[in-house]
Amino acid sequence: MSAVMIDVRDLVQRIGTQEILRGFSIPVIKGETLVLLGRSGGGKSVFLRHLIGLMKPISGQILVEGVDITHFTERQLEAVRRKIGMVFQDGALFDSMSVFENVAFPLRERGERNEAVIARKVDETLALVNMTGHEKKMPVNLSGGMRKRVALARAIVSPPEVILYDEPTAGLDPIVSDSINRLIRRMQRQLAVTSIVVTHDMVSCYHVADRVALLNAGRVYFYGTTEELKQSEDPVIRDFVDGRSDEAE
Amino acid sequence: MNVLSAIAAVFSAFCAYLGQVGGLAGETVSSVFAGRIRFGLVLRQISHIGFGSQMVVIVTGAFTGAVFTAQTYFQFARLNMESAVGPVVSVAMCRELGPVLTGLMVAGRVGAAMSAELGTMKVTQQIDALRALAVHPVDYLVVPRALAMLISVPLLVGECIFFGMLAAYLVATKVLGVGSAYYMMNMYKFTDAKDIYMGVIKGFVFAIIIVFVSCREGLHARDGAVGVGRATTEAVVIGSLSVLIANFFLTMFLNIFFPAGISG
Repeated sequence: MSAVMIDVRDLVQRIGTQEILRGFSIPVIKGETLVLLGRSGGGKSVFLRHLIGLMKPISGQILVEGVDITHFTERQLEAVRRKIGMVFQDGALFDSMSVFENVAFPLRERGERNEAVIARKVDETLALVNMTGHEKKMPVNLSGGMRKRVALARAIVSPPEVILYDEPTAGLDPIVSDSINRLIRRMQRQLAVTSIVVTHDMVSCYHVADRVALLNAGRVYFYGTTEELKQSEDPVIRDFVDGRSDEAE
Repeated sequence: MNVLSAIAAVFSAFCAYLGQVGGLAGETVSSVFAGRIRFGLVLRQISHIGFGSQMVVIVTGAFTGAVFTAQTYFQFARLNMESAVGPVVSVAMCRELGPVLTGLMVAGRVGAAMSAELGTMKVTQQIDALRALAVHPVDYLVVPRALAMLISVPLLVGECIFFGMLAAYLVATKVLGVGSAYYMMNMYKFTDAKDIYMGVIKGFVFAIIIVFVSCREGLHARDGAVGVGRATTEAVVIGSLSVLIANFFLTMFLNIFFPAGISG
């Protein structure tokens, strides 16, 4: 029996009058990569934000290693957030800092004062995401793919147990997308992290997923392996996987 | 009934706003007492807020002192009271003009920059990124700005007062022909340390108002660039008006402890 790292139970969230999550439940197995599929605006990113307490649910539970974090204060959440790294959709890099300073930020904040150690760890992490040589650049001078790589470097420089990826390949060309997918896989192999990848990119899904969940109408509509997803005859799943809409031409 | 409910809604929104500003101030104080102070960031903010605001504060103080001296002289000359210009200008600069002008200039220059910077960080998810990295935004963003403001604004008030009085002296003695000895003697006679205390205390209070209003506006910005623009405008408007309103009440309150006039 595989250990559950994060267990989400009956999560309900409403934004304005729209109910985004309607009893969303899903287990995240330790060491695996879970890909969460769903249509744009369907609540995938909202779900991700709940996992590190950036949003509070109306009801439901989020158990991280068996501890319910939904009622944690901002200060209590800090311990949880040290275990979970997040790569935001647009990177969310600190635009007043260089690439080096962005990646060094978590190290400095966790008390590392030795500049030689900081420089070595930042260099190693940037090498891991193929960003060596860009240390002095400012985020505004980076392409979308580079920003995501730096954001990933910032998330893993102080190695987390879980990495959350919010649309890691959105807006990127197929080659850069492929390199990001390989990077996600490499992170899992080299750092043995648990990953949750929110996407609607099927190529990315097949590349990185150990398990797949499909979010539909605020609930988990499908949960299984990529093989089970491919073989499913369910029309909702097939429409999403094959990219079919009901619109007439 | 509609009028009453509208008044109730405005009052409720005002109380909610005060609650948010007060809550932010409370969190900041608790962070400071818990020792969550990043001294490097405090120094950087002092450089930005204090050092960077000097020119605007000096020019404002000096030219206000100069023009106030000229106007006072024009009126007092009709009563042959030219030598009273010094104390009038110096007391006014210490008690009212120095702190208020500094407050308004800082609200405009620093308050706008703070709310724009924090607002941009908010709408581009940089504040969420801070939180995701287990860094409390109040510790990282608000505490350094609050401490820097508390250190810088009273010093800027002192600077504004000094340059206002210097300009007043130069205009009165070199341009308008008031005797230097009379000017200085009367200024010393009627200006007291309590006048300077009052100005500096006001500077502290204005610093608190400006930093928490500006940070609150920035941290609550939403709706992209338009929201950042709105937050910046509101930070300047609310900050400036609060300085002016608070100044009246501070004057009335502080006058109990530091009464105007000769202390004897």
